[in-house]
Amino acid sequence: MIALAKKVISNVTCTFCGSTCDDLQVTVEDEKVLAVRSGCSSSLSKYLNYNAERFLTPLVRKNGQLTETSYEDAVRRSAEILANARYPLLYGWSSTSNEASRAGIELAEWVGGVIDNTTTVCHGPTLLGVHDIGEVSGSLGEIEHRADLVIYWGSNPVHSHPHHIMRYTALSTGRFRPSRKDRKMIVIDVRKTDTAKLADQFIQITPNGDYELMCALRMAVRGDELEQDAISGVPAEVIEELAELMISCQFGVIFFGLGLTMTEGRHRNVDVALSLVRDLNARTKFLIMPMRGHFNVAGANEVSAWVTGYPYAVDLSQGYPRYNPGDTTAIDVLVRGDCDAALVVASDPVSNFPVEASRRLARIPVITIDPHPSATTPIAEVVFPTTIVGIETGGCIHRMDGVAIMTKPLVPPPPGIHSDVEILRDILTHVKKSKMGQWT
Amino acid sequence: MLSGRTLGQGRSKSLGKFSDDYLRNVAVCELDPEDMKALGISPGQNVKVTTKTGSVVVRAAVASQASQRGIVFMPYGLWVNAVIPAETYGTGMPSMKGIEAEIAPAPDEKLLDLEAMVERLTRRG
Repeated sequence: MIALAKKVISNVTCTFCGSTCDDLQVTVEDEKVLAVRSGCSSSLSKYLNYNAERFLTPLVRKNGQLTETSYEDAVRRSAEILANARYPLLYGWSSTSNEASRAGIELAEWVGGVIDNTTTVCHGPTLLGVHDIGEVSGSLGEIEHRADLVIYWGSNPVHSHPHHIMRYTALSTGRFRPSRKDRKMIVIDVRKTDTAKLADQFIQITPNGDYELMCALRMAVRGDELEQDAISGVPAEVIEELAELMISCQFGVIFFGLGLTMTEGRHRNVDVALSLVRDLNARTKFLIMPMRGHFNVAGANEVSAWVTGYPYAVDLSQGYPRYNPGDTTAIDVLVRGDCDAALVVASDPVSNFPVEASRRLARIPVITIDPHPSATTPIAEVVFPTTIVGIETGGCIHRMDGVAIMTKPLVPPPPGIHSDVEILRDILTHVKKSKMGQWT
Repeated sequence: MLSGRTLGQGRSKSLGKFSDDYLRNVAVCELDPEDMKALGISPGQNVKVTTKTGSVVVRAAVASQASQRGIVFMPYGLWVNAVIPAETYGTGMPSMKGIEAEIAPAPDEKLLDLEAMVERLTRRG
């Protein structure tokens, strides 16, 4: 066999976290990824191990066991399950392309289900806050070049978004902020994380105390007097100093994580954070941005919003889009026992949902479309292997700031493996035939 | 109890969720050393984490990032999910941080791997 030439592909967009760093150098040889430069440890692990523990053929459950089958049989079984379901859940979408999300929404419309993405267990409350208040935002490029005050609140990017600080904030080389001394970095969190250790100032708050502290900060920014000695464990003078720092900066930004959305208060924490930034813009330039986790969770929201009008948790069972988080969100749909089938694309809900929701998933027919075995695949009725977006398949994705990026395939997928888009379209074709048959 | 992402979790999930590396990085509860001493727990020993939702056995470790008495940390994954309440309070989002939990040494109890955890999930009744 003749070895194929080694080549180095530059400016590759990483499809791990929401930072989607576009500076990877990937060396490819014999149609395999050989080496990666410039990536963080999570990125390296993804690109160098993408073939580890991989599905190579579709599986269907026969006599209780997952058994190898043909692609056509897996498509037929999946279409049957979805077309006959009364209220299926179509879940995932954050680790695949916008094109796949678009196909998924069309499928959800045909089967009359609820389509939700992983936002539901990360920044769902952020979107609820944005509906209420609006969001003063910008691009990571603006922040990289201009921000002189960077605040990470309830977020630990050293672990969750390892190159975020280096590429976009305190450690980046901006046009107008060329060095570390040109910026101040503050971390507000319930514990002194590895990110906090890099900060100029760490402010420790009591768990579930974000709302109160943010309200106090709004008061201080407006010049109101704080009547208590400490709020959420933070002395009043520290809050007043922080307010002064925020007002006096030239370009500030708050990046917030799940420390706001997963704790008591949830979207109300986000409401007050967005309001604080709105207030600050009467005095200076200030932005706010959620630290989006999966590489295309922002894209899943964008596509869902421009196709259905709503960014996640969209119920299409009535023939038109209905959106009511807390009712049409995946966890609630599962815990109530409403849905009778599920399609899981590019996600592992059993690894991310509370056990009560996963127990319901384990009791209904589940179809998974995933390159790798996960905690969800063992409970599935049908398992599709698929290609990996950003490595074997291209497609459009959205970075955490909403900037659209086209990813390109670096290597071919294993033989016979279809992409998410192809699988979804093939299932849709069968579902359409089946539904037409039911209606005539 | 807090749950969250860690570098180890992010890196090891790419090695495979059924890998030993993933189990080592995710089926863990990080505690403050003083709390460990008070509870008679040594690093590497099995502990039982109990909340109002249920309980799970994981490995104890000294807090790798921040050490604070009364606060324990577990990485996102199937093990912490076993003790996360499903109530979303009308928002769709369960509480995955700031949960009251009890930690007790469990030297005689078995830590279940991913396969066994999924098997437990599918058990009827």
